[in-house]
Amino acid sequence: MSGKDRLLAVTPTEGGGHLVSLSPSKILDELEINRIGRDLKDLISNGARNLIIDFSSVDHLSSSALGMLITIRDQLNSVKGSLKLCSIRPEIYQIFKITSLDRLFSIYPTATQALEDLTGKP
Amino acid sequence: MRNVDFSKLKFNHVAIRNDLLLAREQIVKPILAVAGRKGYCSQDLFAVRLALEEAVNNAYKHGNGRDPEKTIRVKWAVDRHVVVICIEDEGGGFDPAKVPDPRTDENREKPSGRGLMLMKAYMSDLDFNRKGNEVRMVKVRQKTGLAPVG
Repeated sequence: MSGKDRLLAVTPTEGGGHLVSLSPSKILDELEINRIGRDLKDLISNGARNLIIDFSSVDHLSSSALGMLITIRDQLNSVKGSLKLCSIRPEIYQIFKITSLDRLFSIYPTATQALEDLTGKP
Repeated sequence: MRNVDFSKLKFNHVAIRNDLLLAREQIVKPILAVAGRKGYCSQDLFAVRLALEEAVNNAYKHGNGRDPEKTIRVKWAVDRHVVVICIEDEGGGFDPAKVPDPRTDENREKPSGRGLMLMKAYMSDLDFNRKGNEVRMVKVRQKTGLAPVG
């Protein structure tokens, strides 16, 4: 993957949130993970407070990617924001489960459900 | 783990410069390709890829300290029943027993320390040499979908 490829797409949502769709199917590479982390930090620096990260395209994930997500969660917590994860495939969800991170992150079956929780609207 | 006769396996030996892209091309891809050709199921291939990526990343980052002058050595074999992978770095080694459990309340929010746990969870067997700079991982094939010939 070249350095110019977009690794995530950001869409503003109702309720002042941002839906972040991850583009790579495999989030394994250290450089890619650093780029995704940097882009998410930039979003927060630019005022984003409630992020929903959509994993529907992701079919592989490394422990370094989990670490990056924890760092982003910490940053959002420090500015009273929130991080929600959604559309995680069963085999990827298993990684969250094995590491007990399913108890740390707010995880939703779909982006719609995550958004409903954010806005309080069904 | 059930008995595996390592003496009957035909091992491939690879030594590469300490580089993650090289490792992916010359270690991860060939092992997955052979396992795929031998008919390992998608869950087995997912597990092997995950453990391999974690092990290579550990060798590159923690063992060899991202030093491009250092070497990662790999010995691997795939037959109809098992995938065996040994990955050695040039670092000083570590004691896997001293790696804290990332699932506990005090460690759950730490951003690192989950790679070894995932490798153990997804492989059938995993151990280290005495120095702690070489990991040996074994994946025993799931019962379903045995290929007719090796």
